[in-house]
Amino acid sequence: MDFWEQTVRFFSLVDANVRYVLAGSVLLGGISGGIGSFTYLQRRSLLSDTVAHSTLPGIGLAFLIIGRKDQLMLLLGAGLTGWLGALCVNYIISRTKIKLDAALGIVLSVFFGLGIVILTAIQKSGSGNQSGLDKFLFGQAALISKSDLYILALLTLLLTVLVVAYYYKLKVFTFDPEFASSLGFSTGWLNLLSSTLLVVTVAIGLQIVGVVLMAAILIIPAAAARQWTQRLSRMIMLAVFFGTISGISGAYISFLAPHLPTGPWMVIVASFILFFSVIAAPGRGALSRLRVHLRNRKKMTREHILKVLFKESMSRNKWDIYYPFDQIMQMWSFTSKELRRGMRGLSKQGLIEVNEAMYKLTRDGIKEGSRIIRLHRLWEVYLTRYLDLPQDHVHRDAEEMEHIITPEVEKELLLLLDKPLFDPHLQEIPYLDYEEANDES
Amino acid sequence: MSPDFWIIVTAILAATSCGLIGAFLVLRQNAMLGDAISHSVLPGLVLAFIITSSNSVLPMLIGATVMGLLTAYLTELLSKSGLLYKDASIGIVFTFLFSVGVILLTLFAGDVHIDQDCVLYGEIAYTPWDRFIYASTDLGPRSVWVLGGVLLANIIFIVSFFKQLKITSFDSEFAESVGISTKKWHYLLMTMVALTVVASFEAVGAILVVAMLIIPGAVAYLLTNNLIKMLFLTAVVGILSALGGFQGAVIFDSSIAGFMAVFGGIIFVIALFYKIISGRIQTQ
Repeated sequence: MDFWEQTVRFFSLVDANVRYVLAGSVLLGGISGGIGSFTYLQRRSLLSDTVAHSTLPGIGLAFLIIGRKDQLMLLLGAGLTGWLGALCVNYIISRTKIKLDAALGIVLSVFFGLGIVILTAIQKSGSGNQSGLDKFLFGQAALISKSDLYILALLTLLLTVLVVAYYYKLKVFTFDPEFASSLGFSTGWLNLLSSTLLVVTVAIGLQIVGVVLMAAILIIPAAAARQWTQRLSRMIMLAVFFGTISGISGAYISFLAPHLPTGPWMVIVASFILFFSVIAAPGRGALSRLRVHLRNRKKMTREHILKVLFKESMSRNKWDIYYPFDQIMQMWSFTSKELRRGMRGLSKQGLIEVNEAMYKLTRDGIKEGSRIIRLHRLWEVYLTRYLDLPQDHVHRDAEEMEHIITPEVEKELLLLLDKPLFDPHLQEIPYLDYEEANDES
Repeated sequence: MSPDFWIIVTAILAATSCGLIGAFLVLRQNAMLGDAISHSVLPGLVLAFIITSSNSVLPMLIGATVMGLLTAYLTELLSKSGLLYKDASIGIVFTFLFSVGVILLTLFAGDVHIDQDCVLYGEIAYTPWDRFIYASTDLGPRSVWVLGGVLLANIIFIVSFFKQLKITSFDSEFAESVGISTKKWHYLLMTMVALTVVASFEAVGAILVVAMLIIPGAVAYLLTNNLIKMLFLTAVVGILSALGGFQGAVIFDSSIAGFMAVFGGIIFVIALFYKIISGRIQTQ
């Protein structure tokens, strides 16, 4: 069967099995995104990994006790030992000098080791029903049945109700546990609630992605959602959306190539969503940071041009000369491309006058240049006077601050320093534009 | 020599080499990075298999080291960017790389002789039959040679750079002030972790290698404040876990690697309660 036929068959949902797998993956992706948002923000990402691994002995024990593969009992067992794992981590870090990272690693590996011991023993004892227990390691969405699905749906509903009912308290507890306790909320109880939400979500995921990758399904959609928003409610909605997309994609890919497992593909798809978010998210992402960086650099180049022209004119005390391009280039280590672009921008702003490849500051340009030099020299005065820095150490810092100081800060500096006339190197501090502006007002 | 003898030797070599290098992970609060590396070496291993279509040691070591360093670097990059929390960065990087490894494994199942589940808990019981044959002489199990080599490398590494490892582990600011780069030693240590993990991989798998990396070091960390004593104690705990694990597996007819982790856990619990009770007696 070709690719398109398969795709149509998948999305038309004619096969009952496709419906089950898709429903399971969507339920898991969605609820993991929602609960994972709390997990991520509470810095419990790695705890979720430990909890997921700690469920393994519970699955084995439940099977040993009831003697057959009853989905609900297996999940109950899984939940119990997963929960116990979380308690052990807490106990170790509160009672000894062992740090969180080591406690997580110890509990994770010991519980998982115990799980492997129990599962291996069951397998070697050869009881007929055990087939499929090892599927909890990597999960196997394809084996999901209608009754499994009912259990998953019920648990998902339960989690949703809990989150909605305690949304406000959970939110306060997640961002500021101390504030939550000052409002009279019981933080012990909220801690317990958060752990329970986490454990139940992990239990839901066991059959589909397995213990090993469950933590990824919890954290990655939430971490991706965090890049796009500062609001918890929006973060949760986005994380549910990302989780759902990962679920659908995972189910679809493993439908196209049946020997490919669903869980790892869900993780890969979620990782790509995260990667895209980290790059492209507005305000936070790498691209918008790059844009800000480039904008700042452009602004700095322009300010440097004004500065050197102003200095040159000031030292000659002649404001009406045109300077050739090459001469300006040598005043500061500009590249010719940088300088040409800067000049184009400055002449558009009306700060520079161009005349046959010769450049001159306009009236506004002179004022702007004066302002930048003044900020630089004021900052040098400030550093020598108030931080007792030697005068040969202040230039570099001022070189940066001249681009940053706002008019409000400038006003404060002038007040504090009592409008000095010379900088520490005994160069004159220009007030050309400043006085003019104050005269007008 | 009986197969059992070689299994025990393999187990002891794996436990002590992991334990010694892992002790520094515990001290530096990098234990979960060790967990991460133990997962993310998988795609490196599989790629080495696919490219060389053999399970020769050198390509595997190279593949694993590259992936280990990549994990440490990406984690650092993501958390330093301020875009993600540090714990989440670790969790995301290793689960992603591990997923890539699992998918490669299923895609090239015909060419790669690694069982998916064995990736997690290894198959130490088979190691005596994978022989190291040089010039048509049988020199014993291959894993003993590989793990023995790695243990030796770890001991040489720790002994010759003891000062640097100690200073960067306990006081990174002081280390920087005397011109020892914390970053350099961090990455060197992670290289050794990756090498150790991949050598132990066959025997104990991705997750139980974590037990041997962290538990012996953590027990020793509980019991002493002296680094040299701590390293000796770590080795002792590692050897005990290996012996106990083997015995347990024989008695209950179960997984040796799994029992090694459980036995390590038992030693940890004993040390924990010893510490808590003796602490109480002292305060009374």
